[in-house]
Amino acid sequence: MAAPYDLNDDGVVVIVGSGAGGGTLGTQLALKGIDTVILEAGARHETWDFINDEWDSFSQLAWKDKRRTSGDWRVSKDFPNLPAWIVKSVGGSTVHWAGASLRFQEHEFKTKTHYGDVAGASLMDWPIDLTEMEPWYAKAEGRMGVTRTNGLPGLPGNNNFKVMEAGAKKIGYKEVHTGRMAINSVPRDDRSSCLQIGFCFQGCKSGAKWSTLVAEIPKGEATGKLEVRPECMVLRIEHDAAGKVTGVVYADKEGREQRQKARIVAVAGNSIESPRLLLNSHSSKFPDGLANSSGQVGRNYMRHTTGSVYGIFEKPVHMYRGTTMAGIIRDEARHDPGRGFVGGYEFETLSLGLPFMAAFLDPGKWGRDFSSAMDNYRNMAGMWIVGEDMPRAENRVTLSDETDEHGMPIPDVHFDDHENDTAMRKHAYGQGKAIYDAVGAVRVIETPPYPSTHNLGTNRMSEKPEDGVVNRFGQAHDVANLFVSDGSQFTTGAAENPTLTIVALALRQADHIAGRMSRGEL
Amino acid sequence: MRQSTLATDRRGFLKAGAGLLAMTIMPSGLVVGDAWAQMPRSTKPETFAALVQMSRDCYPHDALKDASYAKAVEILDEAARSSEADLALLEDGVAKLNKAAGDKGGSDYASLANEADRAAILEAMAEDPFFQKVRSNLVVGLYNQKDLWPVFGYEGASADQGGYIDRGFNDLDWV
Repeated sequence: MAAPYDLNDDGVVVIVGSGAGGGTLGTQLALKGIDTVILEAGARHETWDFINDEWDSFSQLAWKDKRRTSGDWRVSKDFPNLPAWIVKSVGGSTVHWAGASLRFQEHEFKTKTHYGDVAGASLMDWPIDLTEMEPWYAKAEGRMGVTRTNGLPGLPGNNNFKVMEAGAKKIGYKEVHTGRMAINSVPRDDRSSCLQIGFCFQGCKSGAKWSTLVAEIPKGEATGKLEVRPECMVLRIEHDAAGKVTGVVYADKEGREQRQKARIVAVAGNSIESPRLLLNSHSSKFPDGLANSSGQVGRNYMRHTTGSVYGIFEKPVHMYRGTTMAGIIRDEARHDPGRGFVGGYEFETLSLGLPFMAAFLDPGKWGRDFSSAMDNYRNMAGMWIVGEDMPRAENRVTLSDETDEHGMPIPDVHFDDHENDTAMRKHAYGQGKAIYDAVGAVRVIETPPYPSTHNLGTNRMSEKPEDGVVNRFGQAHDVANLFVSDGSQFTTGAAENPTLTIVALALRQADHIAGRMSRGEL
Repeated sequence: MRQSTLATDRRGFLKAGAGLLAMTIMPSGLVVGDAWAQMPRSTKPETFAALVQMSRDCYPHDALKDASYAKAVEILDEAARSSEADLALLEDGVAKLNKAAGDKGGSDYASLANEADRAAILEAMAEDPFFQKVRSNLVVGLYNQKDLWPVFGYEGASADQGGYIDRGFNDLDWV
């Protein structure tokens, strides 16, 4: 049974957000017997509520609260109020994610060491390394049922994968397969195997895809130690005279302000909302925002160097059939400055339905050139580029002068591409075209980045308090009982989809919090 | 795809979906048909017809009938019923199109025979709020018409049919 906790219960751990970080942390704490309340801004939509329709699903699940954008990224021009395509619903963006579950490479935890000084980038080594993370990655993979780990078979390749695989092998790529996916290739964990529905982004209707909604939170709730409170938008975190946090103020479903007391607060609202909340929690003691003595809250916003390549062929592909992202090429993921940039990137299969293709293929474009591409939708194959982007202090989330319905300042997301990002994207577009040309593409289209799904880095982890917001366990340098549990704690972004690392960090953080609580340190 | 406008567009689109089947746009640009004639309209008939032609010129799909573009224009027309500013934007915008057509020797935009001439007129006003309104409306207003998806080879929802695991997710045999 889900335990309802009293607003004045100051013994609970309060977690803001129920996605990969918050949903995992809350569940793991509950499994360890710790009283936990997750406050989730979105409503609770279950598997059977999901909609196989791109726009209707977007209306149901997406975080649509107004945001602002600035900077030279094209998203700011095409989607000025939608910097990110993420979720406002119980389960957070694990409802939307495609399942790609990759470990970081060793050098990606130590970019300053391996890449050296890159002008205009705020590279820094993580205070942790791959060796330390390996057991946690293993735990996360086991829990999530990642294919190609723990003896789980890979998913079968769909049509879109067949095209990418054939082209990749023709141009000499070696590491090409259907991915390490947190999508059941066989029934397990009381969930079915993948039915190749093709609407992974819209919430998996078969339950085969791991999400905190279907695979974590119910287990936490079953302990009687976890309460998930949906439609609760946290507005600020409060603290006492000593600088310890005491609870949070949130707007409930009816818009009324409530105050939930807490022993510990963990922030996991994704990399736009988490810094927004900390910045909005300013006080006379912390005039620049909570946990912000370094001035780093909101800075180093990263979104991965992305882009898509769509190939048009003479014969049908029907790329939208089947698992969206069960296809990967890893040959370019290495760090090899000989290509003209530091860091690396992955190619992963990707498809959009016709409605989203119209919106995203080349936003704003019109005329015969555009419509003729759409005419060939059935003959299209697609892949996504996901690579490491450079952290930059000026790429940041700030509070704007406009407020939302709760009186909370809306966030502005500023992003300028670093020249390393641009060089990497150009290289990837070229290689992507070569892949499709190798199997007879009649036309190849370079699609610009979508609104960000990988939002990272705005509460970065650092060894020294002056360099970042949180320490090696995601604990705020400035506030002992305040934690950050989402991708905003990433010091740098790596080339891999971030969810597996967020989950591994959350499991590790739960262990840390529980240990310190039991020792009376928190 | 800003959501505030999207929600409105979707409602408008769903409403506009009814009652248009009996409509035809004649070569003259006039719209005829019983169901069509009975619908309330804010834009002048010639304006509406010009907007239909303009919509086709924005996203020309030879396989689509004018009725599909008209369904999208209906969203704009409906919004203009309660907004004088929206109505003025459409009427004034079409007047600009027609003036530009006159400069090319035509009587009005919709009757300019050469697609390239019409495209050139649109290109010249691509930054105009009127053009952006008509074009952006089509992204959802045209491509989210479910009855058109088969024309493009898109099959839509699949969970209700058990996904594609037994329906061709890996049926490609040409690579």
